[in-house]
Amino acid sequence: MRHPRRRLRWSLTVVVAVLAALVSGCSGAPPGPPVLTWYINPDDGGQAEIASRCSAASGGRYTIVTSQLPREASEQREQLVRRLAAEDSSIDLMSLDPPYVPEFAQAGFLAPMPPEVQARAAEGVVPSALNGVTWQGRIVAVPFWANTQLLWYRKSMVAPMGLDMTRPVTWDQIIQAAQRAGTQVGAQGARAESLTVWLNALIESGGGAVITGESETNPELVQLGLTAPPAIEAARIMRSMVETGVAGPGFDTQDEDATASAFQDGSSAFMVNWPFVWGQATSGVEEGTLAPDVVADYGWALYPQTAPGLPSAPPYGGINLGVGAYSAHPDLAYDATACITSVENTAYYMITNGNPAARSAVYDRPDVLAEFPMAPVIRQSLTQAAPRPKTPYYAEVSEGLQRSFHPVGGIVPGPTNQSAQDLIQAVLAKEALL
Amino acid sequence: MSQTIDRPTTGAVEPAARGTETDKSRSERRLGWLLAGPAFAVMLLVTAYPIGQALWYSLFDYRLTDPSNRSFTGLTNYGVILTDAVWWNAILVTLLITVITVAVELVLGFALALVMLQALKAIRPVLRIVILIPYAVITVVSAFAWQFAFDLEAGFVNSWFSWIPGVTENTAWFGDFGSALFVICLAEIWKTTPFISLLLLAGLAQVPDVLQEAARVDGASWWQRMTKVTIPNMKAAIMVALLFRSLDAFRVFDSVFVMTGGAQGTETVSFLVYRQTISRLEIGLGSATSVLLFITVVILCVGFVKLFRVDLSQARGE
Repeated sequence: MRHPRRRLRWSLTVVVAVLAALVSGCSGAPPGPPVLTWYINPDDGGQAEIASRCSAASGGRYTIVTSQLPREASEQREQLVRRLAAEDSSIDLMSLDPPYVPEFAQAGFLAPMPPEVQARAAEGVVPSALNGVTWQGRIVAVPFWANTQLLWYRKSMVAPMGLDMTRPVTWDQIIQAAQRAGTQVGAQGARAESLTVWLNALIESGGGAVITGESETNPELVQLGLTAPPAIEAARIMRSMVETGVAGPGFDTQDEDATASAFQDGSSAFMVNWPFVWGQATSGVEEGTLAPDVVADYGWALYPQTAPGLPSAPPYGGINLGVGAYSAHPDLAYDATACITSVENTAYYMITNGNPAARSAVYDRPDVLAEFPMAPVIRQSLTQAAPRPKTPYYAEVSEGLQRSFHPVGGIVPGPTNQSAQDLIQAVLAKEALL
Repeated sequence: MSQTIDRPTTGAVEPAARGTETDKSRSERRLGWLLAGPAFAVMLLVTAYPIGQALWYSLFDYRLTDPSNRSFTGLTNYGVILTDAVWWNAILVTLLITVITVAVELVLGFALALVMLQALKAIRPVLRIVILIPYAVITVVSAFAWQFAFDLEAGFVNSWFSWIPGVTENTAWFGDFGSALFVICLAEIWKTTPFISLLLLAGLAQVPDVLQEAARVDGASWWQRMTKVTIPNMKAAIMVALLFRSLDAFRVFDSVFVMTGGAQGTETVSFLVYRQTISRLEIGLGSATSVLLFITVVILCVGFVKLFRVDLSQARGE
């Protein structure tokens, strides 16, 4: 048997060796160019490919590695906020959902953007994307890709309805036409961010706004426009989707994917949805899971109008690039954004991952037009699109809207608007739970 | 009074033991502290510190993204919570889930424990593994599995069970409160019945065979033996199982988060804590909500112990 004291010495040696290894592993920078970590939202591998392209293009100045965030935008924000509140220096670049840009900027989580980067970021970008990265008159993030919803329709089902889809149509028109034809209109009725997207687009399209007066620092001074006529009209349209029966079964849990499925299988003749549905359908044909004539039957138009004659304000989404305030290499990170958001790379991203570019020039490229025949409509939609409420308190506003306007069948235009306004104001004043 | 009868058994032994403490018992006690001490210290570090911190933060108006404007507000956060209908609704929903799931799990768990106890020796290990598998599944994974099963688009439940009245191809299970709560409870029951059956199995195994034999000789039926011999002799195990599961069920979060996201009025207290702290980033209000959840669980625990006179030492077989 070994002597206990010798055993103790052995144990101590092992502990010291392990600690030394750990310490040496932690200290000092790894050899080679600085590594920039880009926190990305999950996609089909496009951002990782762009990261490796830009690493190669940097000529050894930096290497970009990607780190994947959760699937839901709200969960991406939760993770980033918690890390940044703890001054996490590992966040060099981050893919940010537009509604959270004001919150990040106001909290000081985004590194100050040099004027020349601001000028470059704004160059040739669609208006909604530019609006989405602007906070308090300054550009605080770099537009990467810009999303918008279109009105999709099945040509064969809509043709007998007598609607002229080459001209703008209203929500009332498509709801009535679908009701007469006994089909559905796809929209997002689930209690999720997509409900806020829909409600906001309806209100903005009617000439209103969820937030009519912003206060950057005092949430109690935020003014809401939820009881104004455009918001009441939005509530009426939402309610009529359910009342007329065109919302279909399971509307209260219907998200973008469920809407796309119902449209694909012919349950609905219309739907409002993001352009990912096109990529989904064309890959379905390539994989043999969807008949080619279904995709050939897809038609597209600008988002429906709330008020006849008033151009619609379609939803605006996408991803903007933020540079972490605690990054050790903010200059390199801003340099990297120039490469990531180049026309070449964003066109590649649009073609391979189905995410529309923020740069207008991309939509003129033949390779993009070949893959997305609706590219001109997407660009037009992005020109008209309106962002969701721009406020550092977006999470509260969006949750408050979802709580009040869900389920859609329970909306009473007027009283629901009033209760939503009261709830959000109480929540912002920290006088109510959410 | 029954309390005065109970007292001599525990009360009389302790002073005597204290008075005549031998070297052996002293060294045993020291060994006990040595063995449990580090774990106790770690527990203090990982539980007492966050609890203390939550208590402290609950007295502030504190937003994670705006730490410079943190201000002391005393008990204001508690006032906001306790006067909000959302809190009381969440309490009711949580109690409903707790009562339904624990009641069903107790009956099912008892049946499974009996099966495990009386199964043939050859198949006993396999049977135990099969019964315990759901408990080994991570709750969030199980919640997703149940959500997919009942999903309107991708689920199989609607097409398999359309012969049941009320179930059709278009039944939206997560579309209203009752059906959404039903699926949540089902997932919870499937997941945690094995835990309760394991605790009850331990209780069943402690019932002396001689008592069963004596009852059988006296001509007692199966039901009489169950109600007069088995259950009274494993009361402590049942109570411990009930207590553990009730406290666990009261903290239900994963299933609600995955299946409904709190929609259709299915928000539970834990979900409310999550929403204030993680979504709203209101650390003060969220901390106050979690402190209230903690207090509610403590009240439940003490209530259980007092009401049913749960004696944890009995469950250990002392």
